[in-house]
Amino acid sequence: MEETILTVKHLKKEYEDKTILNDVDLAVKKGEVVVIIGPSGCGKSTLLRCMNGLEKTQSGSIKLREEAIEAGSGNLVQIRQKIGMVFQNYELFPHLTVLDNILLAPTKVQKRDKKDVKAEALKLLERVGLKDKAGSYPRQLSGGQKQRVAIVRALCMNPEILLFDEVTAALDPEMVREVLDVMLELARQKRTMVIVTHEMQFARAVADRVLFIDQGKIMEEGTPEEVLEHPKKERTQQFLNIFQFEKVQERKIS
Amino acid sequence: MPDLGLDVLWKGSNLLRLLGGLGVALRISLIAVVISIPLGLLLGTLMTGKNVILKFILKLYLEFIRIMPQLVLLFMVFFGSTRMFGWQPSGELSAIIVFTLWGAAEMSDLVRGALISIPVHQYESSEALGLTKVQTYCYVVIPQTVRRLIPLSINLITRMIKTTSLILMIGVVEMIKVAQQIIEANRTTSPNAAFGIYLVIFLLYFLACWPISLLAKYLERKWR
Amino acid sequence: MNWEYIQKYLPMYEKAAILTLKLGVIGILFAVLIGLFCAVILYYKVPVVKRIVAAYIELSRNTPLLVQLFFIYYGLPKIGIATNAEACGIAGLAFLGGSYMAESFRSGFEAVDKIQEESAASLGMNSYQTMRYVILPQAVSVSVPGFLANVIFLLKETSVFSAISLMDLMFTAKDLIGLYYKTTESLILLVGFYLLLLLPVSLLGMWVERRVRYAGFGT
Repeated sequence: MEETILTVKHLKKEYEDKTILNDVDLAVKKGEVVVIIGPSGCGKSTLLRCMNGLEKTQSGSIKLREEAIEAGSGNLVQIRQKIGMVFQNYELFPHLTVLDNILLAPTKVQKRDKKDVKAEALKLLERVGLKDKAGSYPRQLSGGQKQRVAIVRALCMNPEILLFDEVTAALDPEMVREVLDVMLELARQKRTMVIVTHEMQFARAVADRVLFIDQGKIMEEGTPEEVLEHPKKERTQQFLNIFQFEKVQERKIS
Repeated sequence: MPDLGLDVLWKGSNLLRLLGGLGVALRISLIAVVISIPLGLLLGTLMTGKNVILKFILKLYLEFIRIMPQLVLLFMVFFGSTRMFGWQPSGELSAIIVFTLWGAAEMSDLVRGALISIPVHQYESSEALGLTKVQTYCYVVIPQTVRRLIPLSINLITRMIKTTSLILMIGVVEMIKVAQQIIEANRTTSPNAAFGIYLVIFLLYFLACWPISLLAKYLERKWR
Repeated sequence: MNWEYIQKYLPMYEKAAILTLKLGVIGILFAVLIGLFCAVILYYKVPVVKRIVAAYIELSRNTPLLVQLFFIYYGLPKIGIATNAEACGIAGLAFLGGSYMAESFRSGFEAVDKIQEESAASLGMNSYQTMRYVILPQAVSVSVPGFLANVIFLLKETSVFSAISLMDLMFTAKDLIGLYYKTTESLILLVGFYLLLLLPVSLLGMWVERRVRYAGFGT
């Protein structure tokens, strides 16, 4: 049995008397890829943000191994270094080059030797096919390239777990693939990841476990086959039908 | 409690005299603003026009006025007019001339900025709807421009009021001049009057400008 | 036009211009420090202090420099705070400029997306590091055009320094007009020297504005 890295217990999050997350339980094991799906506004992104201490919660707990993750707590800075997060809109720092974006936190926060980190960064950039962009500024890159840089930036902190918040949602369709490929590669390397996405095909390919969240609750969870092919709950089926319908339309057109 | 020299204010008509000084400043700014706003609208619109030579000359003139300290302009009109035209304007008239020219230059820049900030597709989509050029201006461009302009023009009024403090330097009897006279007259009985009187002037200017600034800020927020 | 006169009094103007420039630069430096301090306070919404800062900004922006100077130079000594004319000029300029700088830095801060802060936080940066490496550099570069406009404004404002008997360009010009009635020459020198001081900053401002508007980082 693999060790558990991240534990969410009875998590409850309210915002202005609306319940966003209601009694969520989740355990992520080392090397596991968990994909969270669900309709927009269901709370899946909020759950991810809670895992990085970006949202205040009302009750329940989130722990990275034995350390509690809590917005506003003193050890947050330490814990976040072990959690990599990639955002929907990349959020690269526009005033820094690609390389400096990657080097900033490892050198300033982790105080690692700049030469070592630089070597590592360039190796990672090469892996995602962007070594020649090291000296470019974010605005000179396409969305897909920016997102790959953002992934490298998170990786360079050597995190124990990676969180992906709808990282392809803002991309043009033809750029989605290049980003997903990088994530598939990370899954092959047995990285621990929690991914929020709308790409069902990708979810099937990458996930060890799929969670369907609706109205702030985990409605269904299991292997990709169980949840995506043979959902038990009607609500899950309804949600998945949305994507099926799109596929039929595509076929008719082509 | 140290003597702050505030008692002088209540002697005779001192406070009234000070307010009278502020009145002079406010009168000059009001006249200058009333003339410079339409003038600025005209100049600003011309600046977005197509005549290159006219635009160049205007730009040169407006930039000169905007880059020179207003006090330098005051000196040029007040001291320079006699030499150039053989005519000596009074201090107050010089102030009105200078503040009007300066206000119009600033206003024209605001107008130009507001006009070019209307995106091209606003013109295009109006045209696509079949509006004539005049209709486009009346129904689309001007309403948008005015919303941007009104808060800025109100701000220009406070800038104008603050600038009127300069007319002291060309000998117009305004608030600071009155203050100097009061302080001088009470030198022996109230040696600390300078503190109290200048504090009051500071506050009076603030009370004159602050509400106008607040109004401008309010409108800016409301129309953003 | 009397060239002899111009030549004779050129050195006086030079000296005056150097004084204007010196006081202007020092005053503006202090104004930048005050402005940055205020903008950071407002950005973090520090309780109580933010109210003091807001009050200072309103007071400073809604009163003329001339009145501020008179209060500092003639008023404050009466309650035991005496300054010489130069220090007073610098203090006045810093008091006035601080609020203008604060406003342009603040709009710079506002231009930085809030989620940049989260992005920095998710990399484990503390709030000092986030400010120092992520927010501040972006905010400052956005505020450059506003900053330069303030520099021009403040240099222009130094023209009232002559009111507290500092021998700046205005003082020199007025003095010479009074003494020799060489009005035209004195005014030409006055305008010339102010152009010399202000035109470079103004041109720099136009250039920067064009760059900022059409480009940004990395071009």
